[in-house]
Order: sequence, then structure tokens, then C-alpha cells
Amino acid sequence: MLAKTLFEKLWEQHIVHQDPDGRALLYIDLHLVHEVTSPQAFEGLRLNNLRVRRPDLTIATVDHNVPTTPNRHIISDPIAAQQIETLRRNCHDFGVQLFDIDSSEQGIVHVIGPELGLTQPGKTIVCGDSHTSTHGAFGALAFGIGTSEVEHVLASQCLWQKKPKTMQIVVDGALPLGATAKDIALGIIGRIGSDGATGYAIEYRGAAIRALSMEGRMTVCNMSIEAGARAGMIAPDETTFRYVRGRRFAPKNFEKALAHWQTLQSDDAARFDATIRIDAAALEPYVTWGTNPGMVVPITGRVPDPNSAASETERTATARALEYMDLKPGTAMEDIAVDRVFIGSCTNARIEDLRATAELVRGYHVHPRVRAMVVPGSQQVKHAAESEGLDRIFRAAGFDWRESGCSMCLGMNPDILQPGERCASTSNRNFEGRQGRGGRTHLVSPPMAAAAAITGHFTDVRKWRFKEAQSA
Amino acid sequence: MRPFREHTGIVAPLDRSSIDTDQIIPKQFLKRIERTGYGEFLFFDWRYTGDGKPRADFVLNQPQFAGASILIAGKNFGCGSSREHAAWALSDYGFRVIIAPSFADIFATNAGNNGLLLVRLPEQQISTLLDHAGQIPCYKLHVSLLDKRVQDDQGFGARFDIDEFRRTCLLEGLDEIGLTLKHESEVAAYESRIANRAW
Repeated sequence: MLAKTLFEKLWEQHIVHQDPDGRALLYIDLHLVHEVTSPQAFEGLRLNNLRVRRPDLTIATVDHNVPTTPNRHIISDPIAAQQIETLRRNCHDFGVQLFDIDSSEQGIVHVIGPELGLTQPGKTIVCGDSHTSTHGAFGALAFGIGTSEVEHVLASQCLWQKKPKTMQIVVDGALPLGATAKDIALGIIGRIGSDGATGYAIEYRGAAIRALSMEGRMTVCNMSIEAGARAGMIAPDETTFRYVRGRRFAPKNFEKALAHWQTLQSDDAARFDATIRIDAAALEPYVTWGTNPGMVVPITGRVPDPNSAASETERTATARALEYMDLKPGTAMEDIAVDRVFIGSCTNARIEDLRATAELVRGYHVHPRVRAMVVPGSQQVKHAAESEGLDRIFRAAGFDWRESGCSMCLGMNPDILQPGERCASTSNRNFEGRQGRGGRTHLVSPPMAAAAAITGHFTDVRKWRFKEAQSA
Repeated sequence: MRPFREHTGIVAPLDRSSIDTDQIIPKQFLKRIERTGYGEFLFFDWRYTGDGKPRADFVLNQPQFAGASILIAGKNFGCGSSREHAAWALSDYGFRVIIAPSFADIFATNAGNNGLLLVRLPEQQISTLLDHAGQIPCYKLHVSLLDKRVQDDQGFGARFDIDEFRRTCLLEGLDEIGLTLKHESEVAAYESRIANRAW
């Protein structure tokens, strides 16, 4: 029998129709919907007199626009309010389940899918959001789509796809202390560039990936798109099965599902179109300095000099990024001061991220110049954190403790940077203006963001002095 | 979808690589629920100052590029967010063709679904076209999807490759949903085949 990669298995298991030119009509097992990229798709259904083919495989929530302050069901921005109201009406009219703003299960779509047990190994999962690659952490084929494709999936439960090439990224060895899943992602993108995996589906493999929790695996897969890959995935194992078991939408006949899930891994002799090898032991805590996630150095590094760029294109891009970021070549990353800190987003707002961050923050206080906020990825994450007392640690340290949503990752709600403000952010994109016009974003791991909040500048977490919990 | 067969138009050069969809259409314009009307917000932060005045140094604000319908840009055009608003904004502004060394995957699909032709040419040819567009007044290109060819009247000519399915859809203005619904019996058959996966 021909050896196959995990991707090839998932692909072949979902082919409804194969065209001779290589395009396939794929069946979609789970369609996640949110307020920003769906209104025009539902409108398209209405215009063409179509229904949602499988409302039972379609789940909606509100996350991009929602305020993260108390009493947030009152939305002051009338256009945002209209968009949210439109999703409500669409879900009602087309019979789609909605986790609305006041639901105890509301949250960022890529946080609640896994949390509810909807995200499972072997599924094809799409959403009108590029960070849908997150769900690949479970051994699913998950990728972001545009609104026309959202409409297509709503109408047909299928999608035409051209088969991507396969890339394995093997992260061998063990992560050193202070480096996190986020640093694996940033380390990879720094090496291959923000378009290094365009046209590929990535499978992350190796001991350092196996050692990650599901939260960590989601962080790594989440950032696949920042390297250009629509999909990133990790073969499911005991860690995966343990996470899914017992969740609300987990399989009722779990043992039967498990038997199938255990077959979902690349065969030993399977061939990939490209291979990248990374030594986990060489990874460090990273900080981006520029305006795309590939513009990144270790915390011990310095802002690069455009004049040492390898090509003219790179020199121009570096110079332009430094101008936007208001940074001088040669500046030590640790000498860069921050004004704002954002701990949140579909990359890094899960319970494990908050635990690691609270541990570091305990007993300290946010630097007087810095405004720092923690935005849990979902209501469930928020409640879990509160039951563990993490909110009290953050509040005592001067962090703002918010309601769940996408928040300042993209600033569609009122949480935005002011022009010129510099932010240490646990999100995924440092594009110009991403967090607010003229805002300057540096991507880091949650512990690195927390450390910067406290010292007021980027700080190597490997040197951090943790304080013990006071006995009550 | 509006079909695309061939087009001649003024060329605007935007010599930057990795132009992300946040630049093409910033987030504050994603809250609308229509597909139209995004053109005035295209490249908003690059086009306008903080107080809403046009930036004279931005290419689309320069009189010689008024009415441009072909955009030349650096590699990895359209990276980042999946927002189809980026394709809507480019089309609504009046662009029919984007020429670059490479495009991000999700953007490429979105563009195709909106009748916007993406042409991939090698860096060297892009560099020539950027120079021409910057130096020759009212520089125009003729793009033929029928012949898969880009040419000007100064002697520049290049062939490009494009996925055949995408080409057919563009040439005929085909609607993918309509195509898919013809496969309904296969979809139903697939669903009964996987009924045993309902665990």
C-alpha cells in the first residue's frame, strides 16, 4: 500500500468529486461562522433562494466586534451592532446554532471550537478567518476561507480545492526553559519567512511538538498562516484524545471514534514535498521588530541594519519597517520600551497561557507608564481562570481583566492602540496599523508580554525572578 | 461573476513586498454588511493622513495614475487576513488585474471569486514593469487571459501561467456554487458513505 502523509489521508477521506485536473470537491465536516465575514454570504443565499445545507454542521459565535468591557451587550458603534444583529437574524432564519454575546460558551471562534469538543481529529474544518489553521492541532484539515467560500460551504457543505504541496516541519529535541510554543512558531517564521510555506499544508512533527500540550499545539498551528500556509496540522495522540474526551460535543461513541483517529498519522515511508528541521534546544524567546511576523529576532538580539540585508528588496522592506516602527538599527531589543501590553487572541488566550503569565506576574506590579490588559479567549477560559484566582493576580498587578473576544489583536472593537503607541502583544500579526492606526506591535509569547508589562521594556524571561505565592 | 477575457488599462506601480490585506482594507471598514462600496477605503492608511487628507506621495493620489485598473506590486501580495473585503475593495476601486511575483493563497482564491485577475510574473519582469509604470506617462498594459499574455506598446511582452479551472471560471464568469450544486447526488452519496462516522 502506498505510504501517505496525514494530510493526504485527510484529503482523500473527504473527496466528494475528483476533477481530472487535480481539483477536488471536498466535504466539510465543521463550518465555524462569525459576524464579520458572513453577512454577505447569507445575503447571497437569500438572493439565490438557497438554504444552509447542513445547519447541524454549522456553528456561529460573535468574537471580532464584541466589546470586552462589562455591560458589553450595549454596543456603542452602530455599524458593529448592526453586524452582530445581522448574524443573530441570519442564525435564526437559517437554523444555525449561535453562541451569542451573553452565552457562557461565547469566545473567539478558534478557542471555543476545541473547547466545546467540536474540533476533532480527522475532520475538515473551515471558517471565514485565516487563523482556522489552529484546529489542525487536533489532526484536522482546517483552513481559512473568504466570504464567497463561506457562502459556498453554507449552500453545499463542500468546497473546491486545489491540492496543496506538503511540508513537514520537524522540531526535534526539547524546548529550553523560557521558550514556549509561540517561540517555536516565531522561530519557524523567522527562518522560512512570511511566505515560506505559501502553497503548502504543513505537518508539525518531532519530539518538541509531541511534548506540547493541546494549547501549545494550537498556538503553533495557529501561526501557520503567518508563514503563508493555509493549513498546519499535528497528528493526534494521547494528548489529543485526553483533551477531547468528555467535552460537550465529543463523540458519544468515543471508542469507535478513537479507533479511526489512531490511524491518522503520516506513514513512516510517506514523502513530503519539503522538509524543514528545527532544533528546539536552539530556540529562544523571540520578539518581532518589524511589520510582518518574519521580521523577528531573539530577545538577546538587536534591531537589524537595512544595509546588511541580503537583497535590495529586503533592504527596502527593512528600512520601511524600521521607519514605521520608529526603531534604530542596532538597538538592543531589551532596550525597547513599551506603552501597552495585550495578552489575548486566538494564538495565546487559553487557560495555559494565562496560568504561565499569572505565575510570572504574581507579586509584581505593571510599570507606571504601561497599560496592560488580559483578554481571555472565551468565557470558559475566563471562568476557569477566575476559579483558579488568576484574575486576582492580574488585577492586583494592575492588569485590566476583560471579557472574551478578539479584542486588540485586530482592534475591530474599541480596544485599539493610539498612534505611536508601542505594544507587546501575544497576538499573531504585527502589520502596520493592525492594532490601531500608527500603532507599533511587537509579537511575543505570553510570559514575555507579561515581563514587558512589569519592567516597561522587553525583558528576557529566562532571567525572571519568580515570587512565591503567599500562603493565605 | 463578471467575466474577464482581456483588458487594457493604466498601470499603477506599488513597489512593496508582502502587502497584507490589513493594508489593502483596514479593519474599521469590515463592519459593513454589503459587498460593495469598499473602493473609497482601499489602502486607506497609505492613501490618507490621520486627518483624512490625501497623501500626495501615495501612488493612487498622483494624477498620472488616476483611473488605473492594473496594479503592479511586490511578492506575497495579499498575505494575512482572509477578508474578502480586500478583493472587493480592489475591484470596487476599479482594478481588474494585479501583477506580482507571488500572491497569498486565500487572497488568490478570493480574487478569483470576484473576477479579479492575478498575474504571476518573475521578479525581473516585475521590476521592468515597475520602472515603465513609474517613468512612462500614462503607461498602459494589455492583458489577455485568452492568450495568457501581458504586453505594452513599448516592446514588453510576457506569457503567464494560470490554473486552467480558474481561467475557465474567469473567462466565462462562472459561479462556483452553481457548478457545485450540479454535484448534489455525489454529495448525498458521500454523506451516506460517511454515515458510519456519526460517532
